[in-house]
Amino acid sequence: MTGLRVDFYPEIVAADVAVIGAGPGGIAAAVSAAERGLRVVVMDRGLEPGGQIWRHKAGAAATPEAQPWITRLAASGARTINGTSVVDVRPDADGFEIIAESASRPLHIWAADIILATGARELFIPFDGWTLPGVMGIGGTQALIKSGASFAGKRVVIAGSGPLMLPVAASLADAGANLLLVAEQARRAAVAQFATGLWRTPSLLLQAAKYRVRFLTSSYTTGTWVTAAHGVDRLESITLTDGRRTWRHDVDVLCTGYGLIPNVEIARLIGCEIREGAIAVDNRQRTNVDHVLAVGEATGIGGAPLSLIEGAIAGSTVGSVEAPSGHLLRRRAALVGAAGRMLDVFAPREELRSLPHADTIVCRCEDVSFGAVQGAACARQAKLYTRVGMGPCQGRTCMPALDFLLAWQADSVRPPVEPALVSVLSSEVAGEATPSFPLTSSVGEAYQ
Amino acid sequence: MSQRPDAVVIGAGIVGASCAEALARAGRRVLILDSSFAGGGTTAAGMGHLVAMDDSPAQLALTAYSGKLWTELVPDLPGNIEYEPCGTLWVAEDEEQLVAVREKQRTYAEFGIEAETLSPTQLAEAEPHLRPGLSGALRVPGDGVIYPPNAALALVQRAIANGAQLREGTRVDAIGPREVLVGRERISCDCVINACGAEAAQLTTGLPIVPRKGHLVITDRYPGFCHHQLVELGYLTSAHTMNAESVAFNVQPRATGQLLIGSSRELVGWDGTVNRAIVRRMLDRALDFMPGLALTSAIRTWTGFRPATPDKLPLIGAWEDTPGLWIAAGHEGLGITTSLGTGQLIADLIVGATPAIDPAPFAPARVHATAGVS
Amino acid sequence: MPRGGQSRISIVINGDRVEVPAGITVAAALFNLGITALRMSVSGEPRGPVCAMGVCFECRVTIDSRPHQRACLTAAVDGMHIQTASTS
Ligand SMILES: Cc1cc2nc3c(=O)[nH]c(=O)nc-3n(C[C@H](O)[C@H](O)[C@H](O)COP(=O)(O)OP(=O)(O)OC[C@H]3O[C@@H](n4cnc5c(N)ncnc54)[C@H](O)[C@@H]3O)c2cc1C
Ligand code: FES
Repeated sequence: MTGLRVDFYPEIVAADVAVIGAGPGGIAAAVSAAERGLRVVVMDRGLEPGGQIWRHKAGAAATPEAQPWITRLAASGARTINGTSVVDVRPDADGFEIIAESASRPLHIWAADIILATGARELFIPFDGWTLPGVMGIGGTQALIKSGASFAGKRVVIAGSGPLMLPVAASLADAGANLLLVAEQARRAAVAQFATGLWRTPSLLLQAAKYRVRFLTSSYTTGTWVTAAHGVDRLESITLTDGRRTWRHDVDVLCTGYGLIPNVEIARLIGCEIREGAIAVDNRQRTNVDHVLAVGEATGIGGAPLSLIEGAIAGSTVGSVEAPSGHLLRRRAALVGAAGRMLDVFAPREELRSLPHADTIVCRCEDVSFGAVQGAACARQAKLYTRVGMGPCQGRTCMPALDFLLAWQADSVRPPVEPALVSVLSSEVAGEATPSFPLTSSVGEAYQ
Repeated sequence: MSQRPDAVVIGAGIVGASCAEALARAGRRVLILDSSFAGGGTTAAGMGHLVAMDDSPAQLALTAYSGKLWTELVPDLPGNIEYEPCGTLWVAEDEEQLVAVREKQRTYAEFGIEAETLSPTQLAEAEPHLRPGLSGALRVPGDGVIYPPNAALALVQRAIANGAQLREGTRVDAIGPREVLVGRERISCDCVINACGAEAAQLTTGLPIVPRKGHLVITDRYPGFCHHQLVELGYLTSAHTMNAESVAFNVQPRATGQLLIGSSRELVGWDGTVNRAIVRRMLDRALDFMPGLALTSAIRTWTGFRPATPDKLPLIGAWEDTPGLWIAAGHEGLGITTSLGTGQLIADLIVGATPAIDPAPFAPARVHATAGVS
Repeated sequence: MPRGGQSRISIVINGDRVEVPAGITVAAALFNLGITALRMSVSGEPRGPVCAMGVCFECRVTIDSRPHQRACLTAAVDGMHIQTASTS
């Protein structure tokens, strides 16, 4: 294809409140703010509002929990812009300028206040063979199912950690997958303790039981983890261990992941304080930066119900001096407590630190092995000498793993916080250009 | 180091690394000290263009000499320095610049540097993604590209192989006569080399070196997008004139297939944050020359501080105020290129060998000479 | 809207024209066709989707001649040309 015509006039949108992220937290925030009459823009990288948990196929109906919110969002007057990646946020005299890439075009949003609802991603711990096609995230598998992938008849093992495994196991079973095993790395005693704790939040216990019923024919085990994946050009089998013995399973898909980590890159770019890996907020969801609020998983892993309440708190107070309702604050307090207990139970066990060997790839973008980075004094030195974390994912996959394995602190965050077209980062008055499309068919294929 | 070092090199940037390498090769016991790690300063931010540059005869002499040393050394260096003999295209936008291109070609010829003038058609063939309507270019095939932090590391490792010692995470607090102070530790030696780049004046007062900030943008991998380091002829003016800020078109094909887009110059002290306005101007300039860059994906930006001097030449030689002190700093935007020539000059001057090029234009004493004038 | 109320679109994957349900992402469409390797890593290993939410960049394919497009963030559109790393 040559002569592709692209016009680079940025679309410019002005708003009172810009919500970054359209998961439950972002939607609740956008709805509450828009229903107060504020001009709200909510943007998300995904193709439809809903974020990870409420993801649904374009044009298809959302889940029963999600649908009322998505309907309410549509009616609220908030403007939803999907398929949009925020690449830079800069403070301005009257607020913020948010620069995003939307359908290959620059989008500039001017907003007085920002609500960060950037959610979380999975923590992966590298092991031999984890780069084989067929090894996927637990949440990634869920997302793939929801975007139309068929797992019918596929032999699947879920091995990782955390409560996310249950709904994904249920979805896989519903989708007709041959779910061989669900293996939780946490110890049985710890998981049992967590389950007991659920009595304090009956709705969560009921939810867990409902999920389990959906994959009753598959076995669920604790204290078990994957040590290697095998295959030539794709996953063929995996090795599991319970610390005493090891065994293999032939599989088509391995779903793995060790819980969620908050997405704090945009917050760090803006200068928000990060505490224990999450955006630090006060009881009105305010960060330490004026006019920047944060809600949901980005402020600490707590699940959709908590995100909804935090979103409502932020949306009902943003841009005003009003205090949030006591009712919301009480509900939040209860849910925050439950989330804290959960994190302790599912913390990755010590043995997982010895999963990667010297030749195990840790950086998937640049194919850098664990051995190549082990001797470095800090992340920055390793990055410069080996290119670890220097690829297009900007270290989002390997750096949290290296934080777990080597206790490395994240390096600085600079714009763009996500890869962006050069035209998006160039001048706002660049106007129209008609580049003859640069890439002949052979170019770029070698290194996709 | 159990034994007293002959020479202490402060700074393991590419310049200090080269000084250490040359001194160790000449049989000197060398101790290298760096407050962070080898290649972690300005060297980490450099573009790594090995380029013959003719802002002044002295600059051309040093860059040409260094270029020759790189060509000789590269085969002995590890592959991770990512050397690419891509050559440079100095791009002319109009007839006036084309005249300058021809002059440049003559100047280079006098120094024995191969260069050829490309017609607009030849230029379009050589680099199809440049915009049409350019007037031509000067191709300098001997220029190349390296990955600077690993080049600095490789030089340090060669020095170590010749007996040098490296202490990283070690900040020097002061330089005295034939000694350096690290906290309460006093290290005495025959000579001290201040190779602290843009920070050199913090240890040696009176050095006229200021940080000159630069931005770079790197893209994802597009192998074959361009083949030479592409620089607009106006780059020299941007580098030469000490304006508060300037940008110039400068695009480099990395060995990885990535494109490195520069360049900018600003005098803003030590503020290392990304200046979005400058990035925009820089990318606008790049798009003006290469419209197709618009649809390439930029994955990262960064900044660095060039160690700039008033006369655009580095300070290489003895510092007469302090016995035993030598300066190897102030290489502005050419330190990756000129590091090897600098190291060899310093070593030759210290051991009393005859340097291959005239060291006089680089003598730090010129700073004292001009101090009264300005 | 033909067949069971689900409309279908036609896209070209590695030169072959295929029909897929409307609204599907490119990553899901490739998964359903059994194409597991979407890109070649810098050292020549096959890679496929991991996060399916735009974070890991392992699902990059060439879409309508543009390399490095995330298959998981791209909705399949009628007439779209998709090139993966392994065409064999
Ligand atoms: C954006 C940009 C692009 C460039 N592109 C090119 C190019 O294409 N080609 C080219 O030839 N040049 C280029 N340059 C210039 C080149 O990068 C520099 O000239 C060169 O890196 C300077 O090297 P240095 O060793 O003098 O300084 P540095 O690399 O900064 O090394 C100085 C070292 O001293 C250490 N140090 C400082 N103070 C102390 C102390 N008190 N005690 C102990 N250690 C100390 C620091 O930690 C540092 O490691 C570019 C520069 C920039 C910013
Ligand atoms: S699968 Fe991770 S970015 Fe698409």
